[in-house]
Amino acid sequence: MQRLIKSALVALWFVVLTFPIMGIKINTVTHSVDLRSDRMLMLALGIFILAAVWDWAFSRKSRGLPVISLPQGLGSSLARFCGSASVRRGSACAVLAGLIVMPWVSSLYQTNIMTSALLYIMLALGLNIVVGLAGQLVLGYAAFYAVGAYTYGLLYQYFGLGFWACLPLGGAMAVFFGLVLGFPVLRLRGDYLAIVTLGFGEIVRLTLQNWSTVTGGPRGVSNIPRPGLFGMDLTLEMSSTYLYYLVVAAVIITIIVISRLKNSRVGLALQALREDEIACEAMGINLTRVKLSAFALGSCWAGFAGVIFAAKTTFINPASFTFMDSAMILSMVVLGGMGSITGVVIAAVILILAPEYLRAFSEYRMLIFGMIMVLMMIFRPQGLVSGERATYRISALEGRAGKGEGA
Amino acid sequence: MNAGMNETRQHDATAARLTARTARPVLEVRGLSKNFGGLRALNDVDLSINEQEIVALIGPNGAGKTTFFNCITGIYTPTEGSVELYDADGEPTRLNGRKPHEVTELGMARTFQNIRLFADMTVLENVMIGRHCRTRSGILGALLRDPATRAEMQDTVDRSYALLESVHLADVYNEKARNLSYGAQRRLEIARAMATEPRLLLLDEPAAGMNPQETLELEALVRDIRARHKLSIMLIEHDMGMVMSMSDRIYVMEYGSRIAAGTPEEIRTNPLVIKAYLGEDEHA
Repeated sequence: MQRLIKSALVALWFVVLTFPIMGIKINTVTHSVDLRSDRMLMLALGIFILAAVWDWAFSRKSRGLPVISLPQGLGSSLARFCGSASVRRGSACAVLAGLIVMPWVSSLYQTNIMTSALLYIMLALGLNIVVGLAGQLVLGYAAFYAVGAYTYGLLYQYFGLGFWACLPLGGAMAVFFGLVLGFPVLRLRGDYLAIVTLGFGEIVRLTLQNWSTVTGGPRGVSNIPRPGLFGMDLTLEMSSTYLYYLVVAAVIITIIVISRLKNSRVGLALQALREDEIACEAMGINLTRVKLSAFALGSCWAGFAGVIFAAKTTFINPASFTFMDSAMILSMVVLGGMGSITGVVIAAVILILAPEYLRAFSEYRMLIFGMIMVLMMIFRPQGLVSGERATYRISALEGRAGKGEGA
Repeated sequence: MNAGMNETRQHDATAARLTARTARPVLEVRGLSKNFGGLRALNDVDLSINEQEIVALIGPNGAGKTTFFNCITGIYTPTEGSVELYDADGEPTRLNGRKPHEVTELGMARTFQNIRLFADMTVLENVMIGRHCRTRSGILGALLRDPATRAEMQDTVDRSYALLESVHLADVYNEKARNLSYGAQRRLEIARAMATEPRLLLLDEPAAGMNPQETLELEALVRDIRARHKLSIMLIEHDMGMVMSMSDRIYVMEYGSRIAAGTPEEIRTNPLVIKAYLGEDEHA
């Protein structure tokens, strides 16, 4: 009841505030002032509902409840359903099948959008190693993406190297830059690290922009060839499809690599680094090595993605690698849930595909984006998916269970 | 219960006599000093710890006990003096200027005064990280998951679980470390330090914030660890009951200097120590 009164007051206050703008209209023909009561009523109703929902959500939050909770039985059975291995495997197969048939059932346009969404998944998963696992806030991730793309673009332009030769070179080049950035920032953490990496991103972009004699400046590098398939002549459509499958394969490899890495000895060290640096060192972990490997691993994927991006668009210029792109990739990691692979994939798909399919709302894109981020930070700061835990097989327990069954 | 305690005490006393006879040093600190700008936090401290000995470092607040720990574990670089750790063959290694992870690898592990666990990781994972410096598999191994890497990982899991059993945390192995009670977090820190296979275990105020019952359990746990793993233990502690009953030898510090060293009985009656703790009565 109190909530309703509060919401009604909020609505009334809004009506009072907006009355001069929305509530009256001066009719210059009849020289009269019209009262637009219908509009005011709609506004009041809208604000009333919003305020009530807002208040309800906050009251749940302050009591430590999730904003949306499923009914008791449904929630737990859903969790069991999602947790079972066969369902996981089944859904993964379904997604994979969908991805495989997609170019044959949808248009070239759709396929291209999907390709770029998949590229962003790759980028987000790469950044997830550095930010989500190792806890090093990097704000200039697009720089490594640019390094990969320009490695291919320039090596093709000056030396005529092809896609397959440049793919590993792009990755290696990005790793090199990752280490170059990694050494001076070894002692930095948190905000300071964020600022240095932000600066690094801008340095790379501005260098590419202004070193016209080598990089072509703002004109960029054009006519980069798409990857060839055993020297066959491919039509535009075929090569797009080919590239699409290439990216699908790359994303699958990325997911496998990262999920394996996450629960390994190195992955655990990375997570320890995120939790507490001093304890990490005291437990015998070489901080220098672990930090540098985090940077190297993270930038490596950006390098690969950059090479593929250059091949996809056939044209690159510095405008594709701005701070906005870094921020976008970082948002995917934060929105998806730090360190969670599934969450990051879902967030990347949402953040890339939603603007493409909601072109009607394109003017409100940033507004909606900002609103989602704010709401997420208030109500679910840990991201869409959190608490993914590795399961370890403990021999002692298994032995005991075995004995129990025997008896 | 009481008889049992007396028995263990007698047993410890014989153990101490035995080690005294065969005393082989584990840690040898000579003339250790540390300056922070113009402040001399440690002044010419000598200290040695023998194999399988429990040594306590006590002193009033601000005496430099934790600074001493930080100096010998490589978090600070000592200004003067030498720190040497002996390996199983009795060969000394100089620790001055070595990084913390190297010191841990050489066989000295520690816990922290203000608990420093990996709070968002599980209890088991916390201990597994302690195994890091005793295992070798790298990124390539992680990607290929070859049999050697998998065997190493399984070994890490099993050893970590066994350590959790020894500190009575096995049933919560899958909980996040932050959800444990205070006493349990302290025990987890000890288990994590034990996972690095130390020859010398440094405990920085292990009983801080514990109730008397928990302190007794901790004491039993520390004795048990010493007996089972045959290692030396050095602890900083303010709980005098615990210090007096379990230490073989005690070092006392005040204002960065060592003011006394000896067995609990010697320390108990040492006038300098009494003065440091109770203050000087000027009118006496």
